[in-house]
Amino acid sequence: MVSIFVVFLIGFFTLREGLPALREIGLDHLLTGRVWRPQRGEFGLLAMIAGSVLVTMGAMLLGVPLALGCAIFLAEVAPDSVRAIVRPAVELLAGIPSVVYGLFGMVVLVPLVRRVPVPGNTGYGLLSASIVLAVMILPTITNIAEDAIRAVPRDYKEGSLALGATHWQTIMGVTLPAARSGIVAAIILGVGRALGETMAMIMVIGNSILFPRPLNDNPLTVFLSQARTLTGNIAVEINYATGLHESALFATGVALFVLIMIVNSSAHLLMRGRAR
Amino acid sequence: MSEPVRVIGWRVARKAMPQAKSNLARRHLAQKVAFALLWLAGLVAVAALLAVVGYVVAQGAQVINLDFLLTPPRGGLSGEGGISTTIVATLYLVLLTIVIATPLGVGAAVYLVEYAGEMRGRSGLIPRLVGLARFGVETLAGVPSIIFGLFGYALFVTTMNFGFSLLSAGLAGACLILPVIIRATEEALRAVPRSYREGSLALGTTQWQTIWGVVLPAALPGIITSIILSVGRVVSETAVFYVTLGGSYKMPTSLFSGGRTMALHVYYLAMETRAFDKAMGTGAILILSIILINAVINCLSRRLTARE
Repeated sequence: MVSIFVVFLIGFFTLREGLPALREIGLDHLLTGRVWRPQRGEFGLLAMIAGSVLVTMGAMLLGVPLALGCAIFLAEVAPDSVRAIVRPAVELLAGIPSVVYGLFGMVVLVPLVRRVPVPGNTGYGLLSASIVLAVMILPTITNIAEDAIRAVPRDYKEGSLALGATHWQTIMGVTLPAARSGIVAAIILGVGRALGETMAMIMVIGNSILFPRPLNDNPLTVFLSQARTLTGNIAVEINYATGLHESALFATGVALFVLIMIVNSSAHLLMRGRAR
Repeated sequence: MSEPVRVIGWRVARKAMPQAKSNLARRHLAQKVAFALLWLAGLVAVAALLAVVGYVVAQGAQVINLDFLLTPPRGGLSGEGGISTTIVATLYLVLLTIVIATPLGVGAAVYLVEYAGEMRGRSGLIPRLVGLARFGVETLAGVPSIIFGLFGYALFVTTMNFGFSLLSAGLAGACLILPVIIRATEEALRAVPRSYREGSLALGTTQWQTIWGVVLPAALPGIITSIILSVGRVVSETAVFYVTLGGSYKMPTSLFSGGRTMALHVYYLAMETRAFDKAMGTGAILILSIILINAVINCLSRRLTARE
């Protein structure tokens, strides 16, 4: 009863505090406005939405192959002795505080990224944030995907091996397709985790309120651009915001809450579908 | 079930059989390359861990000494002083969240497993509420921590007027770890054999006596594991406390005084004073405590499985 009460309370309070902003600024304006200047009463979240989406995409591009590779490795390939090292390592990755990832990003990654010779590149930005985030979501995806791969019945694999397929062909042709829904759920939960990360993002992404854009003709340089995530927007400004500004931050929270709910519910639906 | 097997099996067979002999070598080569890449993935994960932990601990070790642990931060641009008050604030906060969340979480789990279980399949208001509560726990577990912070800020800091304080942060933190405790306790309760309960009930005890005297003691190790897990969660959490705890580095003196946990201290040192060496030191202490907590959990769960 308590937990449902808490969910209800969270929804209620965030919404209640966000309502004035939703009413005065308007949902459409809030979601599509490109300019965020609280001092001038302009509250458009599009730049932050773009920041969140881009950094999540970047983290997925870097992190998903690595995390799935790890999951397949742990479930199918690794000898027990190696597994006994890699598994706790992945668990520990999940336990490291996000500020420590942020600190590592600031001190090690940012100076590395800064070496990319593009004018306007400060090192802080989407690329550094994506790399940090890719490592942070690795445990989430690896754990769930590994469980899904292990849940594939032995008969499937044995049938394939008996037909003369190699171990690798069996993994690609039988095991992974059979574990597909669990793997997709793992990736979606990883997306949810990425969208929700706050502190590490504030520390390495640069927190610019401008719309992320390429630094030169090459569209890929957009990842060198500074940006701000929805989560970062809330955390950076809530401590001094008042009035409509504060309310707009709560509206940011509502947008984030709804986004994450959609993402996570679809993952749970998928997993339940598999359980059946 | 058999349909997908047949389809998949047939697909593999069609791919593999006709050319089996002619390309056996190639297939083995493909496997070798693929497995090499998988080994690489595992290796990269371990390397990432070693890089982060190794770097932070090695850098941090240069500033860590007894003085660092025992003197309070003095503020200032270079982040002078140690971290004693942040350690104390962290301990207070951990204690507070656990004290608030454990009874609530264990209670909710007992209700979900012991009482609500009997209602499965029945219609009516209460079963529907139970379903909703399960959904609530699932949702709560996926909510990003900054939302908990926002909520804590709105409800405890401003509406209830607790201000930026240990109390506000403790309550918000308790909401954060509730799902952790509920889920783990539920699992521990489910693992208690039915025969225990039936044996106790057959002796004429009430259901409550059975739960209190038999089921909970049997599930205790699992519950303790969940609590330690939550301790780790609170120690490493930053976003929630960033918006509810205030961030003063002075020694907290009451429930209503603000404070700064070690994780918050890392953030302030890195972002505001740019005192990276001290931040590394604090980060190293954080990592070491997380490793310690993980080791305790592993030890406990190994004991649990050994006993079974």
